[in-house]
Amino acid sequence: MIELATHDGVKIDLPDIDSSPLAVRGLTVSYGQKPAVFSVDMTVQPGAMTAIIGPNGAGKSTLLKAALGIVKPLSGQVTVFGRPLDSQRSRIAYVPQRASVDWDFPTRVLDVVLMGLYRELGLLRRVRARHLARAMDCLARVGMHDFADRQIGQLSGGQQQRVFLARALAQDADLYLLDEPFAGVDAATEKAIITVLKSLKAAGKTVVVVHHDLATVTDYFDHVFLINTRPVAEGPVAEAFTADTLQATYGGRLATAQVDQLARVLG
Amino acid sequence: MSGSEFVPLSLTPLLIGILTAVACALPGNFLVLRRQALIGDAISHVVLPGIVVAFLLTGIIAAWPMMLGAAGAAVVAVVLIEAIRRLGRIEPGAAMGVVFTSMFAGGVLLLEQSDTSSVHLDVEHALYGNLESLIWLDATGWSSLFDPVALAGLPVELIRILIALAGVGGFIWLFWRPLKLSTFDEGFARTVGIRADLLGFALVIVAAVAAVAAFDAVGSIIVIAMFICPPAAARMMTNTLEGQIGWSVAFAVLSASLGYVLAGYGPLWLGAADAVSAAGMIATVSGMILALAARFGPCRARTGAPLNS
Repeated sequence: MIELATHDGVKIDLPDIDSSPLAVRGLTVSYGQKPAVFSVDMTVQPGAMTAIIGPNGAGKSTLLKAALGIVKPLSGQVTVFGRPLDSQRSRIAYVPQRASVDWDFPTRVLDVVLMGLYRELGLLRRVRARHLARAMDCLARVGMHDFADRQIGQLSGGQQQRVFLARALAQDADLYLLDEPFAGVDAATEKAIITVLKSLKAAGKTVVVVHHDLATVTDYFDHVFLINTRPVAEGPVAEAFTADTLQATYGGRLATAQVDQLARVLG
Repeated sequence: MSGSEFVPLSLTPLLIGILTAVACALPGNFLVLRRQALIGDAISHVVLPGIVVAFLLTGIIAAWPMMLGAAGAAVVAVVLIEAIRRLGRIEPGAAMGVVFTSMFAGGVLLLEQSDTSSVHLDVEHALYGNLESLIWLDATGWSSLFDPVALAGLPVELIRILIALAGVGGFIWLFWRPLKLSTFDEGFARTVGIRADLLGFALVIVAAVAAVAAFDAVGSIIVIAMFICPPAAARMMTNTLEGQIGWSVAFAVLSASLGYVLAGYGPLWLGAADAVSAAGMIATVSGMILALAARFGPCRARTGAPLNS
């Protein structure tokens, strides 16, 4: 069902929070004077692939980080599978923006993937053959098993992104949150990533992606969440991803030509 | 040199130099990778006001009150740096610079205004320490290592730095995985339940403990050099964190022992009459090792993606 939020963020007919893998209520985050995310309600549909869409600086990444507890919100509630976030951390996998880490860090590809097993290994449990096998299997799923011993700085941007995805796969989660996984990657990587994400969906997992390429939204996703600091629209792609909602989200920032082109794509 | 000369006169300063270098280099690895290496500089400067305040409160020159004063000042400095960084939204280096220069200057003023002129508290001592004076007079030779009476006379600085090193080593061993994970990718570390903020604070406190224990024996020059030079040189020798830690320990030991020997005998070999400061020479050697690693190290090429691209 499509929901168009009014300007003060009030909505009617909120879906059931308890059945949602990720539900956000009244979330406001601010880094300074101006809020980055203001009064956001979001209810992620189970088993779906959802894109979070909006212009630069619209609070897409901040929304994701606040939902994960990485940044502290001013107000608002987050529930994961109907429960508090902290009790559900083992069911969440996260892929941060590639540019958020220093790739000169002295570590190998396999070590990064093993970081996905932290909740299992804890402080001192030994890394055993089965852990290594699982990490190698995750690397194989993104086509990077030949690079296990490489230093991470020696990889291309697309390869680095695939290593991050392999780490998330190692987390063996029910809810996958990815921040701009397609930003600045080659076509082969984009294809590899979308294949993995679709296989996750086929296995009943829920996938949420911060996405910036409007042209691929209808191909890749079933649900969208449009945001420009405040929530704009939420629902199945066919209903919520329209020329009107895009115009409302991007305002004057989307060139007329782009709107026309999208209108043609959207029919 | 025979054991009867070496053990009482050189063994303990050499050991203290080596242990100090290792105790500072270990946390230095993480500080360098987190771009917080300047914290060693900050801590070794704020130690001065801490010591002066401790003296003013107790009225005596004694090791424990001064260590506590120094540690207290280090904690105050770390909290101030964090507060300024967050409230002012500025980069950590700038916050450190503001805090440690102000606190150090305050310490100098305090020292001048108060009646401490009669006691031995001076800036020069704070910088260079006095490694050569930490001798073991109860020792008569190698056999003293097994003599309980002689062992009781070991310099207390040696015991202190041993305890500090055990603390530093234990902390890094126990928290190895969360330290590595949160140093590489803090956001991800938080999502798997690691309290990255607390861990970062604990790391700086551990570094402060090492710096304070080292400061008393060897002065701040070695402390600053050892936090940065061995880890930075080690990074250029290997591409794994485990390897970097190993190389940094090796470079720290090499700097301390080579520096100590060169300071004691180098000038004599060159025909000069007096030895030079061991602390200064140790720091110089570590800098030369860094220069060599930067020129010839196998892993010195930066290949990663630029930050905030």
